Amino acid sequence: MKINKTEIVDTFAEAFKMWGSRVIITADTLGWARAAAQSMTGFATSVIRCKCEAAVECEIAREDTPDGRPGISVLLFTMAKDNMSARLVDRIGQCVMTCPTTACYNGLSSEETVPVGGRLRYFGDGYQISKKVGDRKLWRIPVMEGEFVVDDSFGVQPAVGGGNLLIYGTNRSTTLRASLAAADAMKEISGVFLPFPQGVVRSGSKVGSKYKGLIASTNDEYCPTLRGFAPKTQIPDGIEAVYEIVIDGLDEDSVAEAMRRGMHTAAEKGAAIISAGNYGGDLGKYHFHLNQILKG
Amino acid sequence: MSIKLTLHTPTDVPLEAHCINPNTVKALSQSGVEHLEVIHGNQTARLGDFFTVKGKGHETIHIEGDTSNVKYLGAGMTQGEIIIDGNVGMHLGCGMSGGKIIVKGNADDWVGPEMSGGQITIKGNAGHMVGSAYRGQSTGILGGEIYVHGNVKNEAGNSMRRGLIAIGGSAGDFTGVNLLAGSVIVCGEIGARAGAGMKRGTIVSFCDAEMLPTFEYACTYHPVFLRFYLKHLQDHGFDIDDRYINGRYDRWSGDSIELNRGEVLIFNR
Repeated sequence: MKINKTEIVDTFAEAFKMWGSRVIITADTLGWARAAAQSMTGFATSVIRCKCEAAVECEIAREDTPDGRPGISVLLFTMAKDNMSARLVDRIGQCVMTCPTTACYNGLSSEETVPVGGRLRYFGDGYQISKKVGDRKLWRIPVMEGEFVVDDSFGVQPAVGGGNLLIYGTNRSTTLRASLAAADAMKEISGVFLPFPQGVVRSGSKVGSKYKGLIASTNDEYCPTLRGFAPKTQIPDGIEAVYEIVIDGLDEDSVAEAMRRGMHTAAEKGAAIISAGNYGGDLGKYHFHLNQILKG
Repeated sequence: MSIKLTLHTPTDVPLEAHCINPNTVKALSQSGVEHLEVIHGNQTARLGDFFTVKGKGHETIHIEGDTSNVKYLGAGMTQGEIIIDGNVGMHLGCGMSGGKIIVKGNADDWVGPEMSGGQITIKGNAGHMVGSAYRGQSTGILGGEIYVHGNVKNEAGNSMRRGLIAIGGSAGDFTGVNLLAGSVIVCGEIGARAGAGMKRGTIVSFCDAEMLPTFEYACTYHPVFLRFYLKHLQDHGFDIDDRYINGRYDRWSGDSIELNRGEVLIFNR
């Protein structure tokens, strides 16, 4: 299959079941909300070493936030539901509570919840105050400028992690430009985030290593410098660079839509080949077949 | 669809009608509703002696006529909705734990005593003891929300432990007296001795108030949580100007004759 001159490989992206949460950070200014969000989503590219994956989802207008101030929506995913509370408590506690003027609210309506403010409240050392409005319980934790307000619990739901595209190009700059444009287009989809820097990965990994104890190592099949001798190289003649775009989403449909948009944009911007990574289909619950996605 | 109750025989002697709540009437036929027992003064009577009943099997009860002498409407309700077109008598929603009551007129004293959940909205004014503990009881309402768009008289939120009382107009004396926790928000003037004896909880006033000497000024600040509450009140039809949402409030801590963990927030002009 082709989009214009771009070849779409007949393969699929293999993705995994994760657990998702959505965190709404508000502040007196969008700048402070963004600062907290950037801090909270730092070092959250891959569960392989970061314990969670997270990124900014979008900005939220003040009229749509719980307290009427400008806000940022952050998505944070973990592999297990049991880990979510700890990850949120760590990151909200260290990156949002510390950031001037911010407050932090649950952004996901879900039957399943995990405690967050209910654990962070102990920072208040007995001076914390709970407030309940309707079904929503808030904690007010005294801090040196006033109070930090945080929801008692945050919703969690099953989610999809590890959808991906591999963008091949005839040189690095063209490939990167196409990948970045694709990533920007994919970020527009609600409920989706790309956890790597600007959404683009250059160091795609394979499972395992020749070195004992490493669970992942460089994906040699896609390294152009190894084409001369790598036993299973996937780099055709004329290809000089490959970038990966990893996609996490709150549901399958949003991930598929993001991939569809990403493929069209990358093709438009000069990608030579678009493929996807998988492990033979035995590991991940979700299989996103590129051709099927494009056919709709 | 709803069950419609229309008062056809107004009475000067108070009528106690615990039976008018969705839990009771939902499962009954029209005739069954008419035969429900009410107390008229010191006499037992039938609901049908005073009300015309139309409809059956619904969770919404629509009441028409001047029920300002009908007490205990919605008492003990756990679900459903009661809409009262006119005024209503004392002890509205006594002991309710769920559902909604909407009064388009005024309410008499003792709105929502012993309430633990649900919502009461009074479009007009309410009397004394809104959301308060009955005399002799140590604890007032345990939860739920009471919205009064007009004024209330004395002792709103007396000994309240949890929940929200929002007053669009002014409140009388001893608002939040002996408050244990929960929030009382007054958009108009607040009377004397607000928060007397309070242990925890929050009282908010948009107008200046004279604080008791047992309250200590803490600071003037932007309470972020209050923005959340005031937006919530806007959603319930309260006319809250943005300056109250964005503004600063003087925080007074008290009452020091008690636990001293309560707060009175007064809008700083």
